[in-house]
Amino acid sequence: MYENNATLRRRDLLIKLSRLLFEDKLISHIDRIAVQMFPKRSDSSTRCCIYKSRAIIKYRTMAILGFSIEDEYDELMPLSKYAQMALEREKVEFPILTVIDEACSSCVKANYVVTNVCRGCFARPCMMNCPKKAISMHDGQAKIDPAKCVNCGLCMKACPYHAVIYVPVPCEESCPVGAITKDELGLEKIDYSKCIYCGKCTRECPFGAIMEKSQIIDVIKQLKSNKKVIAIVAPAVVGQFPAEFEKIVSAIKQAGFADVVEAAIGADITAVKETAEFKERIAHGSEFMTTSCCPAYTEAVKKHVPELEKFVSATHTPMHYIAEIVRKKYRDAIAVFIGPCVAKRKEAIENPYMDYVLTFEELGALFVAKGIEVGQCDQASIENPAQRIGRMFPVSGGVTCAIKETLGTDNGFNPVLIDGLSKQSVKTLKTYAKGACPGNFVEVMSCEGGCVAGPGVLSNPKIAAVKVKNLTK
Amino acid sequence: MKKITIKICTGTACYVLGGANILMLEDYIPGEIKDIVGIEGSACLELCKQSQYGKPPFVVVNEKVITEATVPKILDYLNKLTGKDL
Repeated sequence: MYENNATLRRRDLLIKLSRLLFEDKLISHIDRIAVQMFPKRSDSSTRCCIYKSRAIIKYRTMAILGFSIEDEYDELMPLSKYAQMALEREKVEFPILTVIDEACSSCVKANYVVTNVCRGCFARPCMMNCPKKAISMHDGQAKIDPAKCVNCGLCMKACPYHAVIYVPVPCEESCPVGAITKDELGLEKIDYSKCIYCGKCTRECPFGAIMEKSQIIDVIKQLKSNKKVIAIVAPAVVGQFPAEFEKIVSAIKQAGFADVVEAAIGADITAVKETAEFKERIAHGSEFMTTSCCPAYTEAVKKHVPELEKFVSATHTPMHYIAEIVRKKYRDAIAVFIGPCVAKRKEAIENPYMDYVLTFEELGALFVAKGIEVGQCDQASIENPAQRIGRMFPVSGGVTCAIKETLGTDNGFNPVLIDGLSKQSVKTLKTYAKGACPGNFVEVMSCEGGCVAGPGVLSNPKIAAVKVKNLTK
Repeated sequence: MKKITIKICTGTACYVLGGANILMLEDYIPGEIKDIVGIEGSACLELCKQSQYGKPPFVVVNEKVITEATVPKILDYLNKLTGKDL
């Protein structure tokens, strides 16, 4: 689910808040937004009523201001107060995501539902085979009691009419590691001891109930101050606007950033170091090595497949190397990473050289709020361009390509690609750790398609991938 | 049949607020009218600066401005225009 009303609502709010902050009206106007969007007697609400819609706008705004909805202790605290607190905040903190409980519709309590295809047959294999006696007959059709159902699925297998269907809970279904589950009220909760920050739940929830805690307020505050703010752009940026890379760079500068640095320069370093490491590991008899550039993947290894840890490359991520370079050049500047990724927020909090992270979506909102027309910007000259190799990273298979080219002649390089983390591919990784890896180099991308398909992108991933590939031909 | 020109605004506001996906419109145009439909991306049409047109993203089909455009909304209008049930 890329383009949907929840995504558009979030972008609309990001633009509204950014605009208010640029115009110095954030605190005075923020409490009016929800009422302006849903005035009295308007029928534009898709929820039960305008009051619920307004409440959810309030919570979405809280998330954009960078707060956890879970921390709310005074329901009467106005957004202006939160805005004040956001502007006074020195740094961003864990956690990275937040669940808007008011928006969570606490989807189906049991994953199995009997449809009206049920004939109320004589054999009744669903009832006979249900281990929890959760099925009873009502008006000639079977019914599952969600309080008793344990989601084993035997009834679905047993029904000859295929009258029982599986209804997923989208956020739980999308989570590769089972980190999001219902609490006793049926509302979703994220278990941060399991969460890998992949961001899949944020885009799969059809109610838009899971949001990132944005740092856009913090970044705009710095842009408005007299500090130097440096943008480190992920290589996927080239496909995110309908304009050339040089114009995008120029637009970022126009937004107030003092310099724009390609994270792909860090990826160039990662590629060289990782290639050397690969050669050494294989020479020392290691069966295989996996990439380490995707932070959601390395988090998944740490928390869910620790037996794989010794096979993960010890080479640092592109962000690590580029942050070091930027910090050397600009000692007192504010470093902002701009990318498609939720997990990078976690990586940045742990990296002493990084200050903030914006998604491409937030960058787009910033442009709109400032009235910057990317297509009409000048072509900036890129003073310190990255190499082809580093710019390949954001499309699945790109890292493999980069390592292969750096290796030069094919010395037994046998790559395998895990394109997207899912419950299934996490299981596959477990088998690799046990010796079932079919190659000696494994590229793992949490997002199917690579970073160009990350949760924070603006463009259709297919179009974006073509643009990345054109630049690295 | 007369030619139909579809102009998709690729200004930043339109692009961010949903226009990015409308650029895939060509894939959804039914084969039977493909020959008479011309799709072009356009630099900012400045419709976002005039409040009477409503909200982005904007698409202009011949002379008609479609606001808060989506692929299905455009296809609907093409139905009306061609008098066909595509």
